[in-house]
Amino acid sequence: MALIDLANPTRFLALAERLLPWLAAATALAFAAGLYMAWFVAPDDYQQGATVKIMFIHVPAAWLSMGVWALMSIAALGTLVWRHPLADVAARAALPIGAAFTFACLVTGALWGRPMWGTYWVWDARLASVLVLFLMYLGLLALWQAVDEPGRAGRLAAILTLVGAINLPIIKFSVDWWNTLHQPASVVRLAGPAIHPTILWPLLVMALAFFLLFFTLHLAAMRNEILRRRVRTLRLMQAQAAPGA
Amino acid sequence: MDLGPHSAFIVAAYATTAAVVVLLMLWIVADYRAQRRMLAELEQRGVTRRSAAPAPQASAALRREAT
Repeated sequence: MALIDLANPTRFLALAERLLPWLAAATALAFAAGLYMAWFVAPDDYQQGATVKIMFIHVPAAWLSMGVWALMSIAALGTLVWRHPLADVAARAALPIGAAFTFACLVTGALWGRPMWGTYWVWDARLASVLVLFLMYLGLLALWQAVDEPGRAGRLAAILTLVGAINLPIIKFSVDWWNTLHQPASVVRLAGPAIHPTILWPLLVMALAFFLLFFTLHLAAMRNEILRRRVRTLRLMQAQAAPGA
Repeated sequence: MDLGPHSAFIVAAYATTAAVVVLLMLWIVADYRAQRRMLAELEQRGVTRRSAAPAPQASAALRREAT
């Protein structure tokens, strides 16, 4: 099947039906391995003790919160530039999942901050920019709810998504540009990871599990979105065919 | 397993994340069933994507959107 064939929603649905069970199984396996490594293999941190276990869910959730917006930005280009029929479906389906992972990132960060920093929240650049990201997710959700016609909502949302993408480098480099309570990057950096391999590997396996989970949920949510649009179209056809319409 | 003096924070973080993931999965499954049910109801009423009825222009465009 050529990539262009996936532009056809019916073919995409057939592919999703085939892929979903495999993706779900791979996600379950990755989580089993990642959680085992995080809880039974990785040692406690010499300074943080067992609270380092929060990192194994907080960091992947943070990566996904930004990664999902980046994916939505690519989809936004697909909507505005290439007018791909599945682009706004992909963006719409990713939106609540991205919001959920950003929420998880904020909550796990607060629960990690209280014992380590002595506070759940501080208005520093990293925390504030991630909170802004969460509010942007909620704003886009509200926009999609407010505009009835999916094509128009998709174009408006695509513009806002691209504007909001400015926040991604701000989040990433906030710890370098400003003096923050949040630690600087320790995995994705030019000099290589600053974490010991006994903690780095469980983190990477958990990150793989989170990304597989996202792809599984996203594919299922895209399938739902295509079906929702079919229902809407059939209802419009029914209304047109009604006597007196 | 000894989680130290901050065990409540660790357990709360994992529980919150698990709750978020489970709620997402349940919502997606429920949404899928709802859409399938609505599609089936429409088809039962004779509204289909490849309706045999000759269509005016607007209906033809809508049908293309639905495929």
